[in-house]
Amino acid sequence: MTAMPPLAITAASLVSALGRGKAATLAALRARRGGLAPNPATGIAGGGFIGRVAGIERHRLAPPLAAFTCRNNLLLDLALATDGFADAVAHAAARHGPARIGVILGTSTSGIASGEDAYRARDPATGALPENFDFAHTHDFFSAARFVQAALGLAGPAFVVSTACASSARAFIDAAQLIAAGVIDAAVVGGADTLCRMTLAGFAALGLIAPGPCRPADAARDGLSIGEAAGFMLLERDGDSAFALLGYGESSDGHHMSAPHPEALGAIAAMRDALRRADLAADDIDYINLHGTGTIANDASEDRAIAAVFGDRVPASSTKGFTGHTLGAAGIVEAVIALLVLENGLLPGGLNIARVDPAFRAQVLSANLERPISRVLSNSFGFGGANGSLIFGRQ
Amino acid sequence: MMLRAAIRGIGLWGPGLFGWAESPPVLTGAKPHDADERAPPAPLLLPANERRRAGPAVRLALTVAEAAVAMAREADPALDAARLRAVFASSNGEGAVVDDLLKTLADPAAALGVSPTQFHNSVHNVAAGYWSIAQGGQAPADSLAAHDTTFAAGLLKALAETVAEAAPVLFCLFDAKLPFPLSRCRRTDFAFAMALVLGPDAQGAAALGHIAARFEAGEAALTPPRAPSLAALVAGNPAAQSLALLETLARGERRRLAVPLVRGHLALEVAP
Repeated sequence: MTAMPPLAITAASLVSALGRGKAATLAALRARRGGLAPNPATGIAGGGFIGRVAGIERHRLAPPLAAFTCRNNLLLDLALATDGFADAVAHAAARHGPARIGVILGTSTSGIASGEDAYRARDPATGALPENFDFAHTHDFFSAARFVQAALGLAGPAFVVSTACASSARAFIDAAQLIAAGVIDAAVVGGADTLCRMTLAGFAALGLIAPGPCRPADAARDGLSIGEAAGFMLLERDGDSAFALLGYGESSDGHHMSAPHPEALGAIAAMRDALRRADLAADDIDYINLHGTGTIANDASEDRAIAAVFGDRVPASSTKGFTGHTLGAAGIVEAVIALLVLENGLLPGGLNIARVDPAFRAQVLSANLERPISRVLSNSFGFGGANGSLIFGRQ
Repeated sequence: MMLRAAIRGIGLWGPGLFGWAESPPVLTGAKPHDADERAPPAPLLLPANERRRAGPAVRLALTVAEAAVAMAREADPALDAARLRAVFASSNGEGAVVDDLLKTLADPAAALGVSPTQFHNSVHNVAAGYWSIAQGGQAPADSLAAHDTTFAAGLLKALAETVAEAAPVLFCLFDAKLPFPLSRCRRTDFAFAMALVLGPDAQGAAALGHIAARFEAGEAALTPPRAPSLAALVAGNPAAQSLALLETLARGERRRLAVPLVRGHLALEVAP
């Protein structure tokens, strides 16, 4: 396999529990100010802490796009209007043509919160969903990419990648392949997932919700905290930017639907694949943003993988103590954080860590470090054993 | 740029189309098409625990994926399914499990919550996940959705991956029948699935057919199958948009097909 040509990152935006925009995100990371708060819900979707984005409910879509109104698309729309992202895409569309820019977004549940509301409002006699429930524009998986393509006025290929918590990391990979094959010249990648009963109740059923804010890599970690977020990057062939996607790796665990591989074979394969494609050695990586959900099994398995590929030489941390686990959006959230790390030389230490798990062999950062660096690797792993590793760096 | 691939294996399951091996006479019109429905067989490639847990969409997807790979392996025994990249595409994923979960979540009396197995079986990539568990390898398995344009999006991605990675790719397209009430807002009259093993288009290598594709700007109507009985199925399931391609391959014809992809379309050239 030959190295891939770097894909320039010519714009990026993020909205999460840490705030709206790259500057707000950086300020929260610098101040070590997390975005998690107690989950106010009761019943089967209650318990634990959540990373909620304030003010989504007050946002409105432009009237021609009003049919797409659902929490997930409102969050995507906020991210489009953040950090000058939509303007940057308009410039790229003028340069490449709107049909040469793809929209490839990751989401695990799309606008299913609207489906949840519709099921609660079923006709008691017939069981039918309410007449005004617009499945295709809200609940449907593809709604996210269809909405963003329409909002940006693009006309290239568009689809949703839904590989659970690896979704928006895998969106980068699909985009890189479409660009490499000559189908498109640029791509809007990223995605969103929003708080919904389905994921809150589902992870609770699996016994994976931490009672307090999650604390990835801590010896006493006891589960994850779910967050919501939307974010984007604009990737361009021959784009003008100091920073780029340098490599990607993808793999499957081939082991279990919701438990990580005991020997972390899939995670190891994804990271090695990314290094090969970036034509880099393990020692060339300056910081690793871990998948680090805060569950006992995930963090232990990932540590095994990191130790196998990097030993203890590379500082590593999970930023999910700040943002919560944003599920299908985790890949783009952590890609934008990787970009902030590169731009500002700020390596965020994991939050809420009292004592790093003594069994861990990787170099876990529990306090912030300031130093200029050149390359970051970011991991995302999902149900179904879907893995994605991305390497970002200076061109 | 034209994306080119050779077709090395084909899997199929739909009304009156129970496997590729039996289907060419129906697809060519040599035999009448009796569009009765039949449940796909239990996926024997899964370990017993996983087989019991697999939902209807997983069974459907694995049936055609396994058949396509078996066919490709007949011609090329060196093809290793555990190392084969895969792209699964489905508009609705495991919709029956999602429907069941939504009913539970809407029921205030459902104090016990949802089943953990049901939850992990509700993810869109459940078929991709079970497929890679069955193979036990680390090859990537993608999962994507594009509503009524899922066939074009999935095929485009699978062809781009074949070209970009210079490697064979399994493309599996499926949609199971949705239960009420989801069935009222998303039409799936019957289950339909097809799978292709795509390989880099090497000169001289044996193939079941050749495909060249280009994404083109501007909307275009879907080219329907020639046979009226097949054309009648197209609107009944988003995966049935692949019927014109399957018919062309069965007839050994050379034909240009348009497949809509949101604001553009995929222009396909199919050749024997």
